[in-house]
Amino acid sequence: MTAPRDSKDVLRQGAVRAIERRSFLKQGLSLGALTLFTGCDVTDQDSVQYALNAVSRWNDRVQAALFTHRLMPTYPESAAVKDFRFNAYYGEDAVPKIDGASYKLGLSGLVDNRKPWTLDELYALPQASQVTRHVCVEGWSMIGKWGGVPFRTFLARIGADLTAKYVGFECADGYYSSIDMASALHPQTLLTFKISDEILAPKYGYPLKLRVPTKLGFKNPKWITAMYVTNRFPGGFWEDRGYNWFGGV
Amino acid sequence: MTGTDKTYVTVHPGVVRLTHWINAVATAIMIGSGWRIWNSSPIFDFSFPVAVTIGGDPALSQDTHNELGLAGALQWHFAGMWLLAINGLVYVAYGILSGHFRHSFLPVGPSAFIRDALAALTFRLPHRLGVYNAVQKTLYLGVLAAGVLMVLTGLAIWKPGQFQELAWLFGGFDTARLIHFLGMSAIVLFLLVHIALVVIVPKTLPTMITGRAPAHEAEPALDPLHGRPA
Repeated sequence: MTAPRDSKDVLRQGAVRAIERRSFLKQGLSLGALTLFTGCDVTDQDSVQYALNAVSRWNDRVQAALFTHRLMPTYPESAAVKDFRFNAYYGEDAVPKIDGASYKLGLSGLVDNRKPWTLDELYALPQASQVTRHVCVEGWSMIGKWGGVPFRTFLARIGADLTAKYVGFECADGYYSSIDMASALHPQTLLTFKISDEILAPKYGYPLKLRVPTKLGFKNPKWITAMYVTNRFPGGFWEDRGYNWFGGV
Repeated sequence: MTGTDKTYVTVHPGVVRLTHWINAVATAIMIGSGWRIWNSSPIFDFSFPVAVTIGGDPALSQDTHNELGLAGALQWHFAGMWLLAINGLVYVAYGILSGHFRHSFLPVGPSAFIRDALAALTFRLPHRLGVYNAVQKTLYLGVLAAGVLMVLTGLAIWKPGQFQELAWLFGGFDTARLIHFLGMSAIVLFLLVHIALVVIVPKTLPTMITGRAPAHEAEPALDPLHGRPA
């Protein structure tokens, strides 16, 4: 697995510059526009950003409180888009190419059995499929059909501590994300191998994607290489850049 | 009363003035950040000029992660929603319980609307501070309804899963998003008229700040404690 390490290094060094969240947003907010609208003199951008971050964390808590295991709407198979939209923070030509034969899903953190899983072992688990709506934080949405192992089945199989707070994911392209345990245990959360009844194409996250219909698209990591269960807040690629962490729909 | 009479009466109660100005700030935040969110995935083929939107610095965001400051816009939008909603609830609760709505916005009907609209268009409609003509009543009730619609469609597209009945009520996620945009458009149209009228009748502006107006050109507000003009 050298390629992922390389892309992660590239990511950290250049392609996406490691600008700290705080300084990015501090410089980033176009407060001029607000001043224009309201006539207010907003000079202390630091405290404004601090307040916005605090509200975002509050919104995480509100969404966690609203969250239930009620099922997301499902659709007829005919509604599923066959040519699903490619989505990443880079172009389609840069997607990770993973060798399925040598692939292993790494496990760490609060799990009893940390033995890595091969694809054949994963494929042998009981599978399910769903036709659900993928909602992007940008506003667009698309209905697709995904297939794989219900994530709660997998968590039980590896002896994960189901009372822990978070499940985190690391991906071959340097992407990383995390979800709360309640969402991880939602019956429609799926450790996904397939889209439109076919094994995920490289651009859709081969060999492994997490499908979380209760969350926005960026909380559905692709090209997963490792996962861990933890009580320490893991953050995420977009989340560390100011996007709301819970990201629920 | 004569024109030189310097007695003042309270036209707009304190709660109305406070919630009005908080709402002005909240609405500016919601529209400015909403326009930036729109730009990230427009329904129709146009974008709002970035200079009049609220969000992360576009050049820096583009440089670092290939987007136009959406993260900052979403932070503003989902913070502004609390300000808008809580302030709106205070205003509506006050409006109903104090009789302010009944006193100021009712009665209103089509014939009165047409009569006052024609009078306004021929510049024969007098403006008395604190008294709303039928056109104003209709517009204020309309923008209030648009505000409620924005909150409901906003909830539907924020939580199309957890609030799936609400999303269904508005015809699904995509239609709810479209209605959310149309509601914004209606509110912006209202604001254009609202601000234009303040420019035409500038004496309304200080009254909305101090609440007071010269007695000879104003109608006092309802006394919330006694149900009659104070």
